[in-house]
Amino acid sequence: MSTTNLDIAADTAAPQLGRRGLFRFATAGSVDDGKSTLVGRLLHDAKVVLADTLETLARTSAATGFGGGDGTLDLALLTDGLRAEREQGITIDVAYRYFSTGERSFVLADCPGHVQYTRNTVTGASTADAAIVLIDARKGVLEQTRRHLGVIGLLRVPNVVIAVNKIDLIDYDAGRFADIAADVAAVAAGLGLPVPHTLPVSALVGDNVVERSARTPWYTGETLLGLLESLPTRDEAQAIAEDFRFPVQLVLRPQGALAPGLAAEEFRDYRAYAGAITEGSIAVGDAVTIASPGAPRRDTTVTAIDAAGVRLDSAAAPASVALRLADELDIARGDTIAAAGTLPDSSADLSARLCWLSPKTLHPGASVLIKHGTATVRAKVTAIEGRLDLEDFGLLPAAGLELNDIGAVALRLAGELPTEPYARHHRTGAFLVIDPQDGNTLAAGLVGDRPVTAG
Amino acid sequence: MSITAPEITAPSVDVLDALEAESIHILREVVAEFERPAMLFSGGKDSVVMLHLATKAFWPGVVPFPVLHVDTGHNFDEVIEFRDATVRELGLRLEVARVQDYIDDGRLTERADGTRNPLQTTPLLDAIEANRFDVLFGGGRRDEDKARAKERILSLRDEFGQWDPRNQRPELWNLYNGRHTPGQHVRAFPISNWTELDIWRYIERENIALPSLYYAHQREVFEHSGMWRAVGAFSRPGDGVPTVRRTVRYRTVGDMSCTGAVLSEADTVAKVIAEVATTTITERGATRADDRISEAAMEDRKKDGYF
Repeated sequence: MSTTNLDIAADTAAPQLGRRGLFRFATAGSVDDGKSTLVGRLLHDAKVVLADTLETLARTSAATGFGGGDGTLDLALLTDGLRAEREQGITIDVAYRYFSTGERSFVLADCPGHVQYTRNTVTGASTADAAIVLIDARKGVLEQTRRHLGVIGLLRVPNVVIAVNKIDLIDYDAGRFADIAADVAAVAAGLGLPVPHTLPVSALVGDNVVERSARTPWYTGETLLGLLESLPTRDEAQAIAEDFRFPVQLVLRPQGALAPGLAAEEFRDYRAYAGAITEGSIAVGDAVTIASPGAPRRDTTVTAIDAAGVRLDSAAAPASVALRLADELDIARGDTIAAAGTLPDSSADLSARLCWLSPKTLHPGASVLIKHGTATVRAKVTAIEGRLDLEDFGLLPAAGLELNDIGAVALRLAGELPTEPYARHHRTGAFLVIDPQDGNTLAAGLVGDRPVTAG
Repeated sequence: MSITAPEITAPSVDVLDALEAESIHILREVVAEFERPAMLFSGGKDSVVMLHLATKAFWPGVVPFPVLHVDTGHNFDEVIEFRDATVRELGLRLEVARVQDYIDDGRLTERADGTRNPLQTTPLLDAIEANRFDVLFGGGRRDEDKARAKERILSLRDEFGQWDPRNQRPELWNLYNGRHTPGQHVRAFPISNWTELDIWRYIERENIALPSLYYAHQREVFEHSGMWRAVGAFSRPGDGVPTVRRTVRYRTVGDMSCTGAVLSEADTVAKVIAEVATTTITERGATRADDRISEAAMEDRKKDGYF
């Protein structure tokens, strides 16, 4: 081993922070469709794998019989992280990876496709601006493909990319690719998904991953990296400006415990509400409504927006700020500050879809905790209306929900929450279901449309 | 098949602004939901950035928790001085858990290779128990290592401080679940999504002070296991290994006995950024002997309760 000096690669352009911000994407695939290899190929060809990692990769590739020379690297090893995963040749858990091309900085949630596929896909897709679903060109659309697309549709991931992989193994057959693309488009339309971007790739050889392939002249669209660099983020794709939503995290009232260097008299009456803007934007002077569980709505005005000593005129999602208000109101963690007149009535009844992520079965009548924004309330599962048939996304009768089931349920909350349908409000329509005993996360919850209550 | 990308209608959010907002959100969530938080603080750049984020999250209040340092006893003097000065300036309480105390009274035994990083786990867990901390903020970043890449932002540890990578809670949207039962505690990683380059860009933007050894300086060094090691009380060249004077800097600062320097002329933040942006070697690969031991070195330490 040679002594490590900082090897400056003078001939390559310096990777920069993405000038167009962060782009988060998730990958989902079935077992053996080459997802790890595709991710490895993307990182390798985008030239974001550093020399010592490549060296380790070459050594390990050679040791596992992959040759290890140039072109015979086992790129899947770039993403197989844990010892147990390498030993079993599978990926166990969602892994996050980071790279930047100068155009964008990327956060990749790499979601394994085996037993816990729903759990992993839901986790990765919950924050994703785009989801990549792999299809083996030899096999076409499988049941698992439909499931992945169903989950991605349910979670409203704004961009769907279908990578038809192993295109080399069907001899770059344009007709076969067109058939698969048509099948996918039909499934996506049936699920109400946005029109997917379908492209032919070979993770093993590298076709259309970063470099355009000469072997697919019939494909004129973007490469995979090209798509990732150009698709809009969830926030960028937001066509209509969303109304301001701000769950209060905590109240900043420093009093005796002021940061060193600040003048006590200046902050004697300081009181601000700290939180992250989940939707929309706010400006000083804007009228707001405060929703507190179990209390009537109150109206006031924003007098200041503080960002650690800097006074802002306005701020927008996803900024973390502190708001000062015109009136002295009793506001606490769990309350929501919203643009005046835009928040639906709070309700103790919730109709929702649950992605059940626990090995414990959910039965009707179960007591759970619901975490929505910064509020956590007790809740009872009043009914399980059914579970989704992942073939046609119709509702099947179900006595309970099992691991990986997606079910429709009715919940009765111990406090009223200002929930909004997930279909239109990605952030205020989401909640966690938590086990009150051991504290584990049981399900991802998606608020449905308001139940129509008689009287 | 023709592809038309949907129209981009809103301006994109700056990378550092997005990361800062996420980190502050996490810091506030944890402080709001836990009883007795503490932050691991070593004076290293990641923990310095994390502490800086905490000052912003709770402004104009003081940072509402103590900081904890697990001191291997082999730290660089200038880093310890920096640590103490920072804590003093911010008016914080510093808890120090000393590996040396454990070696002195026989609870831990010095390793043959002299590396003390793996010895930090026991003092860390004892300090958590003695102070009844229910959550510890750590400056771990997912881009550092394969095992870290699978770590949650809020990571549950059992009563033995162990991490079970096969049984992690799913982490959905920006809703963090910190519930735990007595005896369990949580590690929170607010800068999980930052890369080394993001950290340096942020240090530049926010004008954050760091220990001087992050910048190029002259130092007596010798070669050991393919790295440049400083000559110091805990780090001596073997027989026949020559010491030389070189212009070096540190990419990570930790235990002198396993942290290597890199040859570098970068004596300003801007030069460091230019260097980090073009380096072809990973941060830990270049400078941490303990992570070179095996592919799974970090994974094994984490399972045992390491940071």
